[in-house]
Amino acid sequence: MLTYLDFEKPIAELESRIRDMNNLESGEEINIAEEVGRLEGKRDKLLRDTYAKLTPWQKIKVARHPQRPHFKDYVAQLITDFMPLAGDRAFADDVAIMGGLGRFNGQSVVVIGHEKGHDTQSRIKHNFGMARPEGYRKTVRLLKLAEQFDIPVITLVDTSGAYPGIGAEERGQAEAIARSTEACLGLKVPLVSIIVGEGGSGGAVALAAGNRVMMMEHSVYSVISPEGCASILWRTSDKAEDAANALKITAQDLLKLNVIDEIIPEPVGGAHRDHKLTMEAIRKTLETALSELSALSGDKLKTLRREKFLNMGQKMGQN
Amino acid sequence: MNWITNFVRPKIQAVLENKKDTPDNLWHKCSGCGQLLYLKDYLEVQSVCPNCGFHGRIDPKTRFKHLFNKGEHALIDLPKANEDPLKFKDQKKYTDRLKAARAKSESKDAISVAYGQIGNMNAVIAVQNFLFMGGSMGMGVGNGIIAAAEHAVAKKAPLVLFSAAGGARMQEGILSLMQMPRTTVAVEMVKDAGLPYIVVLTDPTTGGVTASYAMLGDVQIAEPNALICFAGPRVIKDTIREELPEGFQRSEYLLDHGMVDMIVHRHEMRDNLIQLLGLLMKQTKAA
Repeated sequence: MLTYLDFEKPIAELESRIRDMNNLESGEEINIAEEVGRLEGKRDKLLRDTYAKLTPWQKIKVARHPQRPHFKDYVAQLITDFMPLAGDRAFADDVAIMGGLGRFNGQSVVVIGHEKGHDTQSRIKHNFGMARPEGYRKTVRLLKLAEQFDIPVITLVDTSGAYPGIGAEERGQAEAIARSTEACLGLKVPLVSIIVGEGGSGGAVALAAGNRVMMMEHSVYSVISPEGCASILWRTSDKAEDAANALKITAQDLLKLNVIDEIIPEPVGGAHRDHKLTMEAIRKTLETALSELSALSGDKLKTLRREKFLNMGQKMGQN
Repeated sequence: MNWITNFVRPKIQAVLENKKDTPDNLWHKCSGCGQLLYLKDYLEVQSVCPNCGFHGRIDPKTRFKHLFNKGEHALIDLPKANEDPLKFKDQKKYTDRLKAARAKSESKDAISVAYGQIGNMNAVIAVQNFLFMGGSMGMGVGNGIIAAAEHAVAKKAPLVLFSAAGGARMQEGILSLMQMPRTTVAVEMVKDAGLPYIVVLTDPTTGGVTASYAMLGDVQIAEPNALICFAGPRVIKDTIREELPEGFQRSEYLLDHGMVDMIVHRHEMRDNLIQLLGLLMKQTKAA
């Protein structure tokens, strides 16, 4: 059963009417198939129109949609021979970030990403995709492994942020994030990063300093959650919607700011409505990006990646 | 602190408050022990309380004065940043906040970079200014750190960075977040050149600043009792709804947990840096 977001109420009503219709037996007065067809047309148009002009705040809700594909779904659909690898070799295995070896289109890849979980039990297990230092240290380990064997890396970013806890701080959350970003930037193999849902602050950037950084059409990427920003700058989290507008967090805004390279289109009505179409869009983008990057030497990949970040924000008009 | 200080202090304060003709800036009340200190004396000792040793916050100018030989240094021009890229407005316009911060601090952004001699070596020292919008890291600070790194590489000199920041500058949105990878690249440039990159963590160093260049030093020094963290204590308390351990996220706590190399008193900072840099730069010294 699909979970509807608050702004999807009219769509939910139409779909419920379509379901009711389908359960009716054809009478003499109305032609059910015709009526269902008409309602479906209306629903499709409404869905298209709604999703064509989502506000930043609505995009956050889509990006956080519980049925949106998560790391495990992407791996299951896009990667063959996947072998998850665990642990940071120092303290624990943090499954808020998962990773391992596998094949993409037959070629070896290392895949790393945040996993949020899909029901209460798995959400708790994966700590809602909020990683502790061990998750970032595992990331560093896997990045080094990829480099050692000259294997390209794909990272899938989906986190509201790194976990704010006592243990996480005691074990060096900040240092772990810094080292992970550093490892991304120093890598001599291709690194393609995709923000698939939420890109929350430092906990996201630690996996996203790639040669190519892409965002799914309705994903968001931000320095702070709009709720957090509102409670600091407006002194009330009620202003989260205003903060979402001010912060410029949508894929469309970030493309304009030259912070990301590409937007990956989502099916009409968002990735959660059609996982299969979503996967195909990602597959196509990944194919192109990896084949372009694989032609470059390790040193070139590292230099280009560094330059890309050094130049970020520098070419826009001065005030 | 005992019953005498507790008892006497409020009376002194009461006296002061009544005397309207006393300039406000004649006295400083120590945030550590509450003692009233002559501001002039207090500033002379680099804002370290003579009573309890509490390290107050100081600006880049004061740092440079006490770190370089005879205080002599050349300020490095920092490239102008693309201001207000998002046209950000909360309750105030970001451009107005910038104006106010500039008027208050007499500096362009939350970082200053200087080059000069320390001991018998040249060094680049970058200092963040907490008084400028909480030291927050936006493109201006990012540019400052990159300029500092480039200068260090060009002069084959070590880079010493004094961090102080509430984190990323929200008003620059995603572009402030992008200073994390940008400054990391800057640090890498210094390391690639085989030069030391030393971080001195000062109160407070938090958020995206801690999670990038401020934790990537070859040697990590902290001033006493500085708040150093990724997530702030309030955020953690709100998340886990538990009391935090005593001294949590302070320099001494980080030292105990293996997160910094040493804690150095402000008055010993210069000598300490000279010794450390001399060792790392492999300067020979007569036995």
